[in-house]
Amino acid sequence: MHVIEQLGQWAVSRVQEMGRMLMFMLSAFAWLVRPPFRFYQTMKQLHFIGYKSTFVIVLTAGFTGMVLALQGYYTLRKFGSEGLLGSAVALSMIRELGPVLAALMVTARAGSAMTAEIGIMRITEQIDALDTMAINPLQYLIAPKLVASVIGVPLLVAIFDVVGIYGGSLVGVDLLGVSEGAYWNSILSAVEWKDVYGGILKSFCFGLIISWVCCYKGFNTNQSAEGLGRATTEAVVLSSVLILVSDYFLTSVLL
Amino acid sequence: MIRLAGVEKKFGKQPVLQGVDLAIPAGKLTTIIGGSGSGKSVLLKHMIGLIQPDRGQVWVGDVEISRLSGKRLNDVRKPFAMLFQGAALFDSLSVFENVAFPLREKLRIKGPEVAQRVEERLEQVGLAGMGHKFPAELSGGMRKRAGLARALVMEPEIILFDEPTTGLDPLLAKSIHDLIVTMQRRFGFTAVMVSHEIPEIFGISDWVAMLRNGKIVLMATAAEFQRTTDPEILEFISVGGTLALPGSSAG
Repeated sequence: MHVIEQLGQWAVSRVQEMGRMLMFMLSAFAWLVRPPFRFYQTMKQLHFIGYKSTFVIVLTAGFTGMVLALQGYYTLRKFGSEGLLGSAVALSMIRELGPVLAALMVTARAGSAMTAEIGIMRITEQIDALDTMAINPLQYLIAPKLVASVIGVPLLVAIFDVVGIYGGSLVGVDLLGVSEGAYWNSILSAVEWKDVYGGILKSFCFGLIISWVCCYKGFNTNQSAEGLGRATTEAVVLSSVLILVSDYFLTSVLL
Repeated sequence: MIRLAGVEKKFGKQPVLQGVDLAIPAGKLTTIIGGSGSGKSVLLKHMIGLIQPDRGQVWVGDVEISRLSGKRLNDVRKPFAMLFQGAALFDSLSVFENVAFPLREKLRIKGPEVAQRVEERLEQVGLAGMGHKFPAELSGGMRKRAGLARALVMEPEIILFDEPTTGLDPLLAKSIHDLIVTMQRRFGFTAVMVSHEIPEIFGISDWVAMLRNGKIVLMATAAEFQRTTDPEILEFISVGGTLALPGSSAG
């Protein structure tokens, strides 16, 4: 009985936590549409989440495309289909690897920083200071991050896809000798509009998940350095898990 | 102006406030004293709606704020300012931008008027020419002064001070106290201060309230407070006074 009681309490607390998370996001969106509009704050966050993540996105995208081409070439060669290398790389990047890997990189770089920044503001009473000035922290701090992430992540995914495909071309065409025409023509014939918008739709969802989870964890940090460390870890782990889980469900709907 | 009636607050199973009744006189400096962990800061945060009571009422003027939220609570907070224990300056903004922040965000003032009002306040707290520095570049005392400038810049009717001198050496603590008293006398705002600084607070406060076991056990003028015959209060203020004497501190 004791075990069942504990299990029940755990389940109730999880449901309550999910409810609080949902209310947090809905409140932030509700504040978003009320004046004053935080255009400058949103641009600042877009610069941080988007522009400052570009280098790491380009780096990981390049090497992802290169390793895909390397693996794909040796597999396709067994069937004499090296000419399809371009389509294999492009479809993998656009449909799956671009959105998922870019989102995971943004979580690691910008998401963890969001949690730490908001968490420190909570611990040092800067969020309380906003409240005492009658400035809603959800409107001033959280809503711009949500918007910037929803705009920034799809743009980063687009860059990831393009750089990844060029990375694949570098290895496939320049190093392994696949015909340049075959590489690019196979992309043109295989990639459909459905693949592109599917990837972009995923990246919108992942952008929302990153900022939502990371901001929530930072906003509800315990008043200690240990609590901040735990919140940052939880934010990165939960965001990453939610990205991968939602990727499955989105893929199953989009296919 | 601010009135608390039967305020109770628990954190988990730990009761902190157990029926606080307190009325803060308008236009005066009232100091709340009490042992460490007695709930003084929690009490102060109830007055501005940062913490909601489990039971009881908190009145600001004619408005009962304990169940307010959103825009209605923000409206109540408009005449308030608060100086936090660590000053709570925004790390990413310079001192000038920190002090200008409420002017720009709340009053939507722009241009030279902001600069004029900010420089005036910085000068009043002894930070003239320091506006370009960031909070991380300031000493503890300077941060408190910058926090005070930010609290004063909106010309609030009520200012709450949460242990404004904690962590400062006696000279700096005295300078902050002097500054608070000077500003309070000049602008006539209602001041509520949480402090451990005994006996200094008796020299600067109009009213003193003591929080013990989650209740206000005595609220009196500073002079009356020192004449109390309650042995526990006497012990608290006399030990505090002895420890505060120059040269008696081990640290």
